[in-house]
Amino acid sequence: MERSFVAKNPSVLVFLAILSLFTLGVTVLSEGFGIGVISTSFVKTLGKTLCLCLIAVAMDLVWGFTGILSLGHFAFFGLGGYMIGMWLMYERTRLIVVESLSQAEIPPTSSEVVDAIGTQIFGVVGSSEFPLIWAFSDSLFLQLVLVVLVPGLLALIFGWLAFRSRVTGVYLSILTQAMTLALALYLFQNDSGLRGNNGLSGLQNLPGVTVSQDVVSIWFLWASALALGLGYLLAAWVVSGKFGSVIRGIRDNEARVRFLGYSVEVYKLAVFTLTACIAAIAGALYYPQAGIINPEEMAPIASIYLAVWVAIGGRGRLYGAVIGAAFVSLLSTWFTGGQAPDIPLGFYTIKWVDWWQVLLGVSFVLVTLFAPQGIGGLFDLWTNRRAPQRHGAALGPDESALREKEATE
Amino acid sequence: MSTLLEVSGVSVTFDGFRAINNLSFQIGNAELRAVIGPNGAGKTTFMDIVTGKTRPDEGRVIWGEKSVSLLRMSEATIAQAGIGRKFQKPTVFEDQSVQENLLMALKNKRGWLGVLFYRPSKGDLEKVEELAAEIGLKDELTRKSGELSHGQKQWLEIGMLLAQEPRLLLVDEPAAGMTPQEREHTTDILVQAAKTRAVVVVEHDMEFVRRLNCKVTVLHEGSVLAEGSLDHVTSNQDVIDVYLGR
Repeated sequence: MERSFVAKNPSVLVFLAILSLFTLGVTVLSEGFGIGVISTSFVKTLGKTLCLCLIAVAMDLVWGFTGILSLGHFAFFGLGGYMIGMWLMYERTRLIVVESLSQAEIPPTSSEVVDAIGTQIFGVVGSSEFPLIWAFSDSLFLQLVLVVLVPGLLALIFGWLAFRSRVTGVYLSILTQAMTLALALYLFQNDSGLRGNNGLSGLQNLPGVTVSQDVVSIWFLWASALALGLGYLLAAWVVSGKFGSVIRGIRDNEARVRFLGYSVEVYKLAVFTLTACIAAIAGALYYPQAGIINPEEMAPIASIYLAVWVAIGGRGRLYGAVIGAAFVSLLSTWFTGGQAPDIPLGFYTIKWVDWWQVLLGVSFVLVTLFAPQGIGGLFDLWTNRRAPQRHGAALGPDESALREKEATE
Repeated sequence: MSTLLEVSGVSVTFDGFRAINNLSFQIGNAELRAVIGPNGAGKTTFMDIVTGKTRPDEGRVIWGEKSVSLLRMSEATIAQAGIGRKFQKPTVFEDQSVQENLLMALKNKRGWLGVLFYRPSKGDLEKVEELAAEIGLKDELTRKSGELSHGQKQWLEIGMLLAQEPRLLLVDEPAAGMTPQEREHTTDILVQAAKTRAVVVVEHDMEFVRRLNCKVTVLHEGSVLAEGSLDHVTSNQDVIDVYLGR
């Protein structure tokens, strides 16, 4: 009865194989390491897509498996981006400042250097002082720790307050929306310490790295693929055992799990915090590829898109989330990038840049109504995994009602 | 016989309606008890109070040798303390296999870290198979429980309760929707279980209660109307008036 993890989850191996092949393929076709068929900007798009797939895995874990419809996970994604962005911006500015000050006759003191960096970074919001939250920005190691720590702590506190009060369902979704909106509005302020609506920029330039973006983009593609692979493996492992049973139980019947002696709130909190950390790591890899992060990224709509991806891909199965995120976000890039041909109707021309959102909304509604399993459900045609057939269900509420099985026999 | 659970002077009001009115109830360590009463007598509310789902306005609920109060504990800690509950409607996790359902219920560590690193030991798997045999689901272990028949789901839930190894079993209408043979089997399981633990059965069906052959508590309007053997309570004039006479 007891089989190895891989034997029980063959989809994990298939997924990892496809991911490796994809990464290898892109590398070979790239400008940096290969024959140059794929442009560097498209490599970046693909790398970013992998990060979006990773946060979709996190979303599937928290929504598809645990049943918590969080509409705030992009807050954690953005925070992760900000944390790595602080170091990238500080360190790069420092190198530039040191370089320019070295021309001076008197070597600058360290406080002069820090002041110059502060002026460079915060001049745009009319300040030159380093806010307290930048205290560790000179240390890559500490900022990397903060990538996980800050969003994790926010999720822990938020989740503890929400789950302890037994806020569930749509009320919890609204709370998470409020959280991400509040965070975005706070960061939009110039005195929030993170440069207001300017956000952090120039993140694509790695300090001290002189190779071209052609190469850097491939590095980030590798890192994103590695993170996605590890994240997928972790998520698959988490849902494979009894923990998976319990969280799926929480999704289907919270009260019953409670009466089995499991503290539902603690489990929800654990999943919520874990997925926030995964989302943060995805964000920390995403924004150096995007080059810029600003509070707009944490707008409530971003987290709603995330739910749409997972729903279209098929929630409750990890590969469904990945497929949904990759498919919808790449399609969205295609439509909004002006590459999709306009459709002239004579009296009106459908411009996809404007109409893509409508198309997305309609397909979301259609998938929810007619194909709740999403794209991932197509794989059920191969395997024989099906929804439970409720043979024997009573056909009526009365005790004497015929049961389905009796009726068909 | 020492007392396992003692409920004394408990009252609950929902929006001005007194669901439970100064109810007192005791059960020993290894005892089978049937609770009967007309609709709205407070049977389910009584279970809700014992399992921590509903907080009473007044009264005490004392548990075990150490006489701890259940009123300050959460549902999960009460369940861990050894009170298992079966709901009226069979509530098994339909998306999961019979084995997964039983493994989840099996008495083991309930903390999230322990569960995360838990892998079923040989002993656990054997225990699950034994239980499955007892409830007649040995051949269905790998099937999704949603595919089971209504009666099988009822049994699976009873099996999950037994897997928890509770000291007190609260069973709400276990025989609802079962065929006569299934009822008989259910009676056997409950009588067997009551040899080592306390079992409280809420039931409407008098014939089923008669077969349990145990002490009966009659509830009416939130308090105990009569208590004793089935013959004793059925000959009680109050009981005849409010329940049997109708």
